[in-house]
Amino acid sequence: MAKNNNGEWTTIIRPKESIWSLNMKELWDYRDLCSLFIRRDITTMFKQTVLGPLWFIIQPTMTVLLYTVVFGNIAKIPTDGLPQPLFYLAGVSLWGYFSGCLGKARGTFAGNANLFGKVYFPRLIVPISGLVTGLLNFGIQLALFFIVYGVYIYWQLPGYEYLNINAYALLFPLYVVMLAGLGLGFGIIFSSFSTKYRDISLLLNYVTSLWMYATPIIYPLSTVTNPTLKFIMQINPVTSIFEGFKYGFLGAGEFSWNWLGYSFIVMVVLLLFGVIVFNQKQRNFMDTV
Amino acid sequence: MATAIEFNHVSKLYRLGLVSTGTFREDIKRWWITSVQKKEDPYLTIGETNDRGTKGESNFVWALRDIDFKVEQGDVVGIIGKNGAGKSTLLKLLSRITSPTTGDIRAKGRIASLLEVGTGMHPEMTGRENIFLNGAILGMTKAEITRKLDEIIDFSGCERYIDTPVKRYSSGMRVRLGFAVAAHLDPDILVVDEVLAVGDAEFQKKAIGKMQTISKGEGRTVLFVSHNMDSVRSLCRSGVVLKNGTVEFMGTATDSIDFYLEANTEHEDIAIPELTREPGVTGQARITDLQYLNPTDDTPTYPYTGRALKIRIHYEIENLIESFASNCYISIGVNDDRNMSLMSFASYLKYSNFNMHKGSHYADLIIPHLPLTAGKYKLSVLINVNKYAGDFIRSKIPMEVLDDDFFHVGGHSMPTHVSGHIVLAEHCWCIDGKELEY
Repeated sequence: MAKNNNGEWTTIIRPKESIWSLNMKELWDYRDLCSLFIRRDITTMFKQTVLGPLWFIIQPTMTVLLYTVVFGNIAKIPTDGLPQPLFYLAGVSLWGYFSGCLGKARGTFAGNANLFGKVYFPRLIVPISGLVTGLLNFGIQLALFFIVYGVYIYWQLPGYEYLNINAYALLFPLYVVMLAGLGLGFGIIFSSFSTKYRDISLLLNYVTSLWMYATPIIYPLSTVTNPTLKFIMQINPVTSIFEGFKYGFLGAGEFSWNWLGYSFIVMVVLLLFGVIVFNQKQRNFMDTV
Repeated sequence: MATAIEFNHVSKLYRLGLVSTGTFREDIKRWWITSVQKKEDPYLTIGETNDRGTKGESNFVWALRDIDFKVEQGDVVGIIGKNGAGKSTLLKLLSRITSPTTGDIRAKGRIASLLEVGTGMHPEMTGRENIFLNGAILGMTKAEITRKLDEIIDFSGCERYIDTPVKRYSSGMRVRLGFAVAAHLDPDILVVDEVLAVGDAEFQKKAIGKMQTISKGEGRTVLFVSHNMDSVRSLCRSGVVLKNGTVEFMGTATDSIDFYLEANTEHEDIAIPELTREPGVTGQARITDLQYLNPTDDTPTYPYTGRALKIRIHYEIENLIESFASNCYISIGVNDDRNMSLMSFASYLKYSNFNMHKGSHYADLIIPHLPLTAGKYKLSVLINVNKYAGDFIRSKIPMEVLDDDFFHVGGHSMPTHVSGHIVLAEHCWCIDGKELEY
C-alpha cells in the first residue's frame, strides 16, 4: 500500500496468471475484511429472532431426538453400545460444521455475485471467513455435547459405563482443521465449476444429502461388515475423522492412523487443487455468472 | 510526469446469448483446440465490433478492442462515450472485477474503484458497523478506518443515525454514508463510475467538491466515467472518447467533450436554396448559405451554450432597377423546437438601415455569449430590400446548440437544458447587499 516511487509497476492486470500465483500477501492484507465478514455474519445471524442463539441448540437437539426415535428405537441401528443421544450428537455436530463450511464455500460465487461485480478483493476471503463463522455454531453444539456427557457420567444414566474419554481426544484440533480444510477444498472446487454451468450446483444439493449417509453419523463404522462396502466408506475422507472423534471422546470407534493420514493427504490435495481452480475462475467469473 | 496507468493493447471479448448445451459444446471445442492441440483460440478471430444497433454474425463481440493509452500521474481523465461504448468494461478491467482477453494494464500504486457507493453494506447493521465493513471491502484496514471515523461520520451528515441499522435509512442517506467512506479512501489511483448521478443537488455539489479536492491535491490520478458532461467538464483535465470499444479521441477534457457532442449530433447539411420561401417575397435577395463560425478564426463550429458564435449568411442581390437599393435591413429570428419565437437579431434594432448593392455578399451576426441552452432550434432569416421582403425563410434552418458551462462556475450547476429553461442571461444574486458565493 506504500506509494511506489521507484518507477516499478505495482499492479499488472493480465489475461492469465500462472496457476501458482496465489497471492498470500494479498490475502494477509485483507485480514481485516475477513474479520469484519465474520462479525457481520455472526451479528446478523439472529437479528429479529426471539430465541436468538438458542437456535444453535434447538436445531441439533431436535435432530438428535429424531434420530434417537427413528434410527435408534424404530430401526434399532446399534451405536457401539454408547448412549444414543451422545453418539448422534457427536455425529450431528461434526457433520454440521463440515457441511456448513462446504455450503458456505460452495455458494461463494453464486451468493456474492453482486458484491464481486462491484469491487475487487481476494475472493477467497469469503469462504475462509465462513470457516470461522461456522466455528461458533460448532462450539455451542460441542458445549451441548459435553453437558450431555457430564449428565450421563454424573447421574450414571444407562450406557455411561461405556464412555471412555482417552488420550486420542487430544487430536481434536486436528479434526477441526481437517473438517474445515476438506469442506473448504470441496466447496471452492464445486463453486468454481458451477459459475458457468448451474447443473453442478443442482447436482451437489443431492450429493451432499447422500454423503451424510455415507458417513458414520447414524451408525458406527463397525456395523459395516461387508469389506467392499467398508472400503468405500473409508474412502470417504471424513469417515476417519468421525470415527477418530468418537474413539477419543466416547471410547468406541475405529481409529486408524493410516486412514487419518489418507484423509489428511486428500485434504491437502483438494485444497491445492481448489485454490488453483478458484483463482483461475475468480478472474473472469463475472462474465459467466 | 510519470505514467500512472498504462493500457497495452487491451481487448475484451464477450459472448452473447444464453449459456446452454450449445455453449458447453463450444467450450469443449475451445478447450480441445487451445489446451490439447496448443493452437490459438479460434473464437478470438471471429469477434465483431460492438455495435448495439446492428445484428452480428457471431455470438462473440469485442466490448473493448485494442485499447492503448497512458495516463499521467495526477491527471484526471474523463472517459466518455455512448451506452455500450465500453466505458464500464474498461473500469471493470481496471478494478480487477474481470480480466482482459488480451493485452495488459499496468498501474503504479493502490487502485481503489468506486463502481457503486455503499458496496456490501448490510441492512441489519448500524451505520458505524457498515462504515467499517464498507471501508474494508474497499481495501482499507481497520486502523485506517478508526483513524478517519469521525471525519467520515461528519462528512456523511448522518451523525444522528450512526448507531441505527442502515435498513432504517433513506436511500439518500445510504448513498451519503457510502460516499463518505469512499471519499476517505486515499488511494493513488481512483476509479469512479457514475456514482454522482445519485443523491440530491446538495449532495452532488458536496461530492463533486470532494472529488475536486481529491484530484487537485497530492498528485492523485483519477479515472472518471460519466454521462454528465458538466461534471466531466468541471472535474477532468483530459478526456478519452470511446466508441464501439475503441478509443476514438484523446485530448483535453473540453476537446473531448466537444468531439463527443459533435460526433453525436446528426449533421444536417443546410441546403438553403432549396428551402421554401415565404409567399410574397420579391426575389430581389437570395440567401444562398448559412454557416456557424468561431468568431476568433472563422472556422466552422457548433453553437455552444455561452460561447461566442458567428452566424454568417451568404446572399445575392439581383433584379434591382438601380445598382443599389436603399433602406435595407437583415434579420435573424430564433424559434424553439415547439416553434415559439424566442429572440430576434434584427439589424434595425441597433443599427440604421443600409444600402445593398448588386452581387454576392455576406453578413455576419456575432453573438458574444450564446444565451440558449442545449437543444434544437429553428432559425428564420429575412433580408428586407427597400421595404419589401427580398428573401424570407421562416423557422426552417436548423440550429443545434451543444452544452457548455454558461456561467463558468464548474459543473456543479444543474445542466441548464435539463431544468426546462431555454434562455440564459448573466446575472448576480446579492443577499443584504453581498453577492452569494459560487
